[in-house]
Amino acid sequence: MTAAIDSEVIAESTIPRKNGELVFNAPWEGRAFGMAVALRQAEPYSWTEFREYLAREIAAAGPADDGTHYYELWVAAFEHLLSDRGLVAPEETQRRTHEYLDGIREEVF
Amino acid sequence: MTEHHHHGAGEHGHHSELSEIEARVLALESLLTEKGLITSQAVDDLVYRYEHDIGPLTGARVVAKAWIDPDFRRRLLEDGTAAIAQLGIQSSDLKLAVVQDQPGLHNVIVCTLCSCYPWFLIGLPPTWYKSAPYRARVVIEPREVLGEFGLEIPETTAIRVWDSSADLRYLVLPERPAGSEGWSEEELAAIVTRDCMIGTALPKVPEAVS
Repeated sequence: MTAAIDSEVIAESTIPRKNGELVFNAPWEGRAFGMAVALRQAEPYSWTEFREYLAREIAAAGPADDGTHYYELWVAAFEHLLSDRGLVAPEETQRRTHEYLDGIREEVF
Repeated sequence: MTEHHHHGAGEHGHHSELSEIEARVLALESLLTEKGLITSQAVDDLVYRYEHDIGPLTGARVVAKAWIDPDFRRRLLEDGTAAIAQLGIQSSDLKLAVVQDQPGLHNVIVCTLCSCYPWFLIGLPPTWYKSAPYRARVVIEPREVLGEFGLEIPETTAIRVWDSSADLRYLVLPERPAGSEGWSEEELAAIVTRDCMIGTALPKVPEAVS
C-alpha cells in the first residue's frame, strides 16, 4: 500500500513541467500546434508565411491580449492559411465545426 | 491520444459539451485527415515530442558547454546555427544567434510581432512571452519589466533587447555564476533555467546549507 502511494508520488513528480509551466494548457492546443507542423510534410510552407498570418491575428487582438488566447489566434491563422491555399474552405470548416457542436459528429480529445 | 474529453452528446444527439474552439480544432483535424494532408498519428507524435523531449534542458546543455569549453563558446557566438548542429541539434530552417552577457551588459529576448522563440533549444514559449504587455514593454522599459520578474539590473549595466524574427532566433548566454567553479557540465546545466536563456532571470548557485 505504502509502496503504491510512493510510486504515484514519484510518477507525479517526474511529469515534465518545463520550469513549472505545462507546454499546452488543454489537449486542443497541442492538436492545433501539431496540425500546423504536420501539414508542412504534405504542403510545404515556410514559417515566415505562417508567422505573417499569426502576426496579423495577434495585431488584431490588440494590447489587451494577455497571451492566454494564443492558440485561438493560432487556429484562426491556420484557417486563413488553409483557405488561401485552397486546401480547406471556410464554409467547410464552419459546417464541420457545427456538426461537432451539435453532436452530429462525435469524437473525443 | 491518451487524453479524454467527455462530451455527452445525449440520447438525442444534440448539444455536445465541446467548446467552440475544441469543435473547430476537431473539424480541422478531421478535414485535413480526410483530404490526406495530415495523419492523426503524425500530430500525436509531434505533440508528444514537444511535451516530453523538447524543453529548456537542450538549451541548458548548450550554455553549460559554452561555459566549460572556450572553443565551443567561440564557435557558438560566431555561428550559433552551425555550433548546435555539430551537437546534433536541428533548428529546422531557422538561424540561431547567441547573445552573450558580459560585465556591464545584460541581454534579453522578445518577439515584438508575435511569438518567435528558440523553441528547438528551450521548448515552446511561456504564456507571458506571448502577451502583448511583455512584447510591447520590454522594448520600451526593459529595466522595469525585468524588475517585475524579480531581476534587478544595476543602473551601470546596459540592457540590450533582441527582437526575434521569423527565421532568426536569439538565445541569451548568461554569465557563469560565481561559486560554480569546478562543476561538471551536468551540474552547470541544472542551474540554467528557461528564463535564464530568455534573459528574464540569472543562473543562481544554491546557497550552501551550513
